[in-house]
Amino acid sequence: MEASQKTGIMSEKIHFQKPDGNTLRIVISGNWKLEESMPSPEETIKTIGDKGTVKQITFDSSALLAWDTGLLIFLARIIVFSSEHNINVDRKGLPVGVQRLLSLASKVPERKGARKETRHVAFLARTGEQAVAFGHSLLETLGFIGEIFQSFLRILTGKGQFRGSDLLLYLQECGAQALPIVSLISLLVGLILAFVGAIQLKMFGAQIYVADLVGIAMVRDMGAIMTGIIMAGRTGASYAAQIGTMQVNEEIDALNTLGVPPIDFLVMPRMIALALMMPLLTLYANLMGIIGGMIVGVFGLDLSFVQYYNETKSAVGFNDLWIGLFSGFVFGVLVATAGCMRGMQCGRSASAVGEATTSAVVTGIVSIVVSTAIITVICNVLGI
Amino acid sequence: MEINTVKPHIVVKDLTMAFGDFVLQQNLTFTINRGDIFIIMGGSGCGKSTLLRHLVGLQRPAKGKVFYGDTSFWDTDRTEQKRILKKVGILYQSGALWSSMTIAENISLPLMLYTDLSKEEIREIVSFKCSLVGLSGFEDYYPSEISGGMKKRAGLARAIALDPEILFFDEPSAGLDPISAHLLDELILETCDSLGATVVVVTHELASIFAIGNNSVFLDADAKTMIAGGDPKRLLSECRNPMVHDFLTRGGTEDYGNQSINKSADDAVLSRDCMQMRKENGNE
Repeated sequence: MEASQKTGIMSEKIHFQKPDGNTLRIVISGNWKLEESMPSPEETIKTIGDKGTVKQITFDSSALLAWDTGLLIFLARIIVFSSEHNINVDRKGLPVGVQRLLSLASKVPERKGARKETRHVAFLARTGEQAVAFGHSLLETLGFIGEIFQSFLRILTGKGQFRGSDLLLYLQECGAQALPIVSLISLLVGLILAFVGAIQLKMFGAQIYVADLVGIAMVRDMGAIMTGIIMAGRTGASYAAQIGTMQVNEEIDALNTLGVPPIDFLVMPRMIALALMMPLLTLYANLMGIIGGMIVGVFGLDLSFVQYYNETKSAVGFNDLWIGLFSGFVFGVLVATAGCMRGMQCGRSASAVGEATTSAVVTGIVSIVVSTAIITVICNVLGI
Repeated sequence: MEINTVKPHIVVKDLTMAFGDFVLQQNLTFTINRGDIFIIMGGSGCGKSTLLRHLVGLQRPAKGKVFYGDTSFWDTDRTEQKRILKKVGILYQSGALWSSMTIAENISLPLMLYTDLSKEEIREIVSFKCSLVGLSGFEDYYPSEISGGMKKRAGLARAIALDPEILFFDEPSAGLDPISAHLLDELILETCDSLGATVVVVTHELASIFAIGNNSVFLDADAKTMIAGGDPKRLLSECRNPMVHDFLTRGGTEDYGNQSINKSADDAVLSRDCMQMRKENGNE
């Protein structure tokens, strides 16, 4: 027809024809695939706007070679634009597959109110919410400690429900199996302490006091702290992950509906195991640290083995040892509490388990440092 | 035997389920009778599993009551709740076997807690329950070492360890192939019938709904309440609510009630009747 005049070429893939005054025919040809360059819908829409009054859009796809989602999103944009401007879109000229997919996409209308809106919360409101949330988590922690205490009483009175074999397993896991890593770290910490001290003390010719430094530091504080941190990363994290996964897997629900308090069954054996093993590990870490210091003393500072031994023996008192072991016990309780609590509070998804594990380690280490400070201050006040 | 006398077993009155301010379902009132196979159905996300959690005491209702017999579960003390739960067996969606224990230990834990049986007797019961669900020989496997369908069967064995009066199933056939799902359905029917237990099933599997259910409640996420209830087969033929009808006919595409499923449903009913007969005869 003579009226069908060409109205311009945007690219070789799209042409516009105007068969009559109110109709715009869009001729699409070539490959319309995502990996190839395609005309942008914005420019097309602009062109449609430039064509004057358009009441109907038709398509001619006889020269279309291949298409995928690229063509669909292009067409979807044009359809949205058309319905906004009261233009009728006749899809008959499109391939059947395209027509069907387009009608499928518009079959279920968008659910009102389903879209998530980004809500702006004022700074003060956010601060308030955070404060309230902090209060809640503090209450939760207190509640958990209360439950642990109740459970402990139940176990003392013989009413607790957990399996002895579980306890033995955990004793092995957090005791014997932790020995290699505790040996390595404590030995190295002993070495480091000795080196740091040696540089200073050598200037005064007082290198024998490296033994005092290493001995007291390890036995009184560092042995327990290093063991505590290792156990927070090793055992605390694994407790949180184990219990968290059980939460995801509904195993905790299964215990609850069986009438077994999960605190008795899951938390108490882990807690008791770690609280029992931590002082022993601390004692072992103390020994390894002193050996580390001795290596530096004997090989680096020309002290004799006996000299170093005697100096350590005279410097380190039983008070130091008891304080260290007590700290170890406290850290064990804290790490186990943090791990189990985060596990029990865990949400019901894989990412929640990850968060619980992270949070268990952070909580464990923070509480170790804080409680060390408290114990140190108390010892200072008491003069021991 | 008083099979046909209808006695309420679980009564739910004006239950509201909510997470904080978000109300999931409200005004739920229905009765589960003794011996019923009761289906909790509805679309995804309407709160079916949450309702189950309310029934078995895992989540406190925001409002309303759940009665077991004459006892209101949430108003009674912990000892009484424990006594009620002792007679309840639950099969969780994923089996929820305790992963640190073997299948045998999983099944024996309820027995160790609630009975004074000797280790030898418990071991015998465990291997019997395992054989009931077709898991003989797998007693010493850990849950991570067996397949999903086997986990569900092991979960069922644990649920029936204490010969419960009420069995709850949370999506028993989810994630199973049609054959395993059908076998599990049959297993459920058979174990329940022989135990004479009341069964509550959360499911949206049409095949299971028609094959095993004789009473139901239909939850709707938009209305935030139950919009139908009763025998699923009757619901299909009588309920005019388009939502329920669409659900029960798979969006109007399949007529489960009259064709293929009807047969298996009839078969199931038939086999139940037969079993009932056998049992009655046996008792006489």
